[in-house]
Amino acid sequence: MKTDHSPVTPADAKIAPKPPLRRFHQASWDEPLLFEMTSPGERGVLVPEPDVPLDDTLPAALRRAEPPALPELSQPQVLRHYLRLSQENLGVDFNIDVGQGTCTMKYSPKVNDQFIRDPRIADLHPLQDERTVQGVLEIIYRLEGLLREISGMDRFSLQPGAGSAAIYTNVSMIRAYFAARGEAEQRDEIITTIFSHPSNAACAKTAGFKVITLYPDADGYPDIEALKQAVGPRTAALLITNPEDTGLFNPRIEEFVRIVHEAGGLCAYDQANANGILGITRARDAGFDLCHFNLHKTFSTPHACGGPAAGASGVTEALAPYLPTPTVEFDGTRYYLDDDRPESVGKIRPFYGVVPNLVRAYAWIMSLGGAGLREAAEIAVLNNNYLMKKVLEIRGASAPYAPGRPRIEQVRYSWEKLAEETGVHSEDLGLRAADFGTHYWTSHHPFVVPEPMTLEPTESYSKADLDEYAAILAEVAREAYEDPETVRTAPHRSTVHRAREDVQDDPATWSVTWRAYRRKILGA
Amino acid sequence: MSVHPYIPNSVPEIKRQMLAAIGASSVEDFYADIPESIRFGRPLDMPPPLRSEAELTRHVGGLLARNTGTREALSFLGAGCYPHYVPAVVDEVVNRSEFLTAYAGEPYEDHGRFQALWEYQSLMGELLEMDVVNVPVYDGYQASATALRMAGRITGARRLLLVTAIDPGKLSKIDDYVRPVHDLVIVPVDPDTGLVDTAAVQAELAAGDVAAVYAEAPSASGIIDPALTSLAGLAHDAGALYVVGCNPISLGVVAPPSAYGADIVCGDIQPLGLHMAYGGLNGGFIATRDEEKFVAEYPSRLFGLAPTRVEGEYGFGDVAYERTSFAVREEGREWVGTAAALNGITAGVYLALMGPQGMREIGETIMANTRYALRRLAEVPGIEAPYADAPHFADFTLAFTGARTAAEVNEALLAHDIFGGRVLSEDKALYCVTEMHTKDDIDRLAGLLEEIVK
Repeated sequence: MKTDHSPVTPADAKIAPKPPLRRFHQASWDEPLLFEMTSPGERGVLVPEPDVPLDDTLPAALRRAEPPALPELSQPQVLRHYLRLSQENLGVDFNIDVGQGTCTMKYSPKVNDQFIRDPRIADLHPLQDERTVQGVLEIIYRLEGLLREISGMDRFSLQPGAGSAAIYTNVSMIRAYFAARGEAEQRDEIITTIFSHPSNAACAKTAGFKVITLYPDADGYPDIEALKQAVGPRTAALLITNPEDTGLFNPRIEEFVRIVHEAGGLCAYDQANANGILGITRARDAGFDLCHFNLHKTFSTPHACGGPAAGASGVTEALAPYLPTPTVEFDGTRYYLDDDRPESVGKIRPFYGVVPNLVRAYAWIMSLGGAGLREAAEIAVLNNNYLMKKVLEIRGASAPYAPGRPRIEQVRYSWEKLAEETGVHSEDLGLRAADFGTHYWTSHHPFVVPEPMTLEPTESYSKADLDEYAAILAEVAREAYEDPETVRTAPHRSTVHRAREDVQDDPATWSVTWRAYRRKILGA
Repeated sequence: MSVHPYIPNSVPEIKRQMLAAIGASSVEDFYADIPESIRFGRPLDMPPPLRSEAELTRHVGGLLARNTGTREALSFLGAGCYPHYVPAVVDEVVNRSEFLTAYAGEPYEDHGRFQALWEYQSLMGELLEMDVVNVPVYDGYQASATALRMAGRITGARRLLLVTAIDPGKLSKIDDYVRPVHDLVIVPVDPDTGLVDTAAVQAELAAGDVAAVYAEAPSASGIIDPALTSLAGLAHDAGALYVVGCNPISLGVVAPPSAYGADIVCGDIQPLGLHMAYGGLNGGFIATRDEEKFVAEYPSRLFGLAPTRVEGEYGFGDVAYERTSFAVREEGREWVGTAAALNGITAGVYLALMGPQGMREIGETIMANTRYALRRLAEVPGIEAPYADAPHFADFTLAFTGARTAAEVNEALLAHDIFGGRVLSEDKALYCVTEMHTKDDIDRLAGLLEEIVK
């Protein structure tokens, strides 16, 4: 406020340029738990009263004795609580979300959300007469056709609930395939690689297989000599990601497939990292028998805090009899569900899949078309290599393996040098990044790459976004060298501060629910 | 061709700048590791793209117009996917971009997701009267299958007894999932009453090596079996666990399975505020007591509360993370991955709105409507309700004793824009009513059936 009564000038109205990094502060409402907000008698929503007599057939032993101790809250209180919590969450729509590598955090178009909120999707019952659901069946049928073209595979099931569920479905089909040939007892081993998603190993084990994990060779590619040692008459399948989480495409992938086939095994392609190769190379062209896509990654459906997602399991004609029931078929005039599949592995989830995400994925592919998919892939790869150039200019950062080789759609970096020089770990850097309105993920466990950071820029971010993200990393790394305590104690401008982790591993102190916390910690 | 709105850097000048910054001559340089022999040598063969939103909306809208939703018809379908009212606040919260588009961030910048899911676990804990509830797995099928494998790991036994009527799809899933380590034993219900055959259960338990007795409340026939309360003792006496699948929306009125001795409780949260979406929105809950032997066998994430370095601040993290496949790959319990987190948040918002009174009232209304429908429809000449003496929740079986089959009855109802129940056999169908149905709806169905089945 001017006090000398002199006239204001345009210079007084001028706002200084933005600083190089935004002065972010995340919402921090200090919101209590729902249970602490309860006010007896309040109601959030009313229920229609029955216009028929109450039922009295339930025996006393099966009638609830005490009402559940749920909080009692009015409608605006519930809404406000959850909207505050929503503000304490960073979605793709808010941040430059290139830091969740392997997750393909691309833009989920809003128009596709409108489609799935339409009552002619949202309020369809899965057992309606097929004549009343021709539209949704046609969408599922068409989406399968598009994925067949993208992968070269002969048939797909769109039922798996997410990527890992699709891996499990593929493993189940592999098991059924060998059982039908009388080889189930003999072929009890599945081979995977350490840079493939842990669910490949875990699903194989769950389905009863022994797991053999291949480690990378000196250049970071899956070790072909180790594969030759591992295959044999007990090999049921190879489950492999390509490009792997390092971002390196395995140039000997055809040879991998050939070696496994020659041993009588099948090959399943985990296409979680397909975003950079759409229209460039296909699962079938490398000889795979099965593959799967994550529709919430490559095909844009929102990640929803960790699902609902959707998976798509693709197979060659030889494996098609084992696909889950039902499949969606078209007889030239009408779409229908085919449950008459005697060799099928059966049902893998209720009904026909995460249908809202099938609708979204279909709409996304249709909005891009074949050339658009390839453009998305190429720009994702361009963005990744551009960001890699910028990240590798930052002191203390490196991209282990195959120096100078391009990466496809992501890179697993290492802050090993920075950690050695500063004592600051990769996790600390990621938490400090949260103070600038973004974040990153390190790696799956075990950390084969020391002090890891995995970035995957997808096609959705602009050059300016990538420059900003790299500038944030550069600033955080600079702080690690010059003011390590600030990084080690981060976040400072996020919703909350570092929580104790030791209490989560001790049965006496962990609290998975409010009632457990009250009983064990508060002694109530 | 204009630049696609979803791909900012396809502007040619930007591409040139970025390639120059990298020192690459073209995008092709980045694909140097992909051998020529597996290059896809032609453009993808797809329909022409619908690049503008207007074109896309016209196309998808045309497809949606070929669906008839349950708002436009009167539906009596349930059988695992239930029509319930979804409060507007539920949709308002779960459609928020902050929740919808987030993924797997840390408990700092994604504090909201952690708190909302921990509160979901806690709300379900109160409903189920159990101290441990998971971040949801994909669906109720998966929850049942995993609950049974947990029971197997805890007991070390091989046989699993399924003692109430079970949905054939769920049975198929469980069969596929437990196959490597378990034998499924189906103990058929009494065909006349639809009720648990307790003597047969006892005989199977006596044969030994039983990991779990699995029952559902309500069963796939909609029956809440009075025998449910006696099975825990039988199971425990044989060294087996008692695993119960239940419909969570019934629990304001029906006793939670923990009250009659269940060790592991599981089910699907779809009834709690999730749209039917052609059967596409689900979440599987698994609940146990807070004992290490149970907690150690969950494959799912379990979020836990913890203090932060600021007094009075709630922090969150993963409980016993080392048991998961995220931590130790195939050495973990089954696997964990992206599943149904937002659906868990949805169910949490629903329970927060409903509160104890809402849950009681909705249970009462559904049971009252179910009983009325059973009585009213059984009065129709040519229709019997074979298990009508048992308590029912939402689903119930009708038998058509006249000239028309259950499928033919549905065909006739469809002409009146009514969706009849799920056809179970030539003469039987599973009908369903919830709080969404009125006495008039049920009377209208009865009136039409009087014409159709006679």
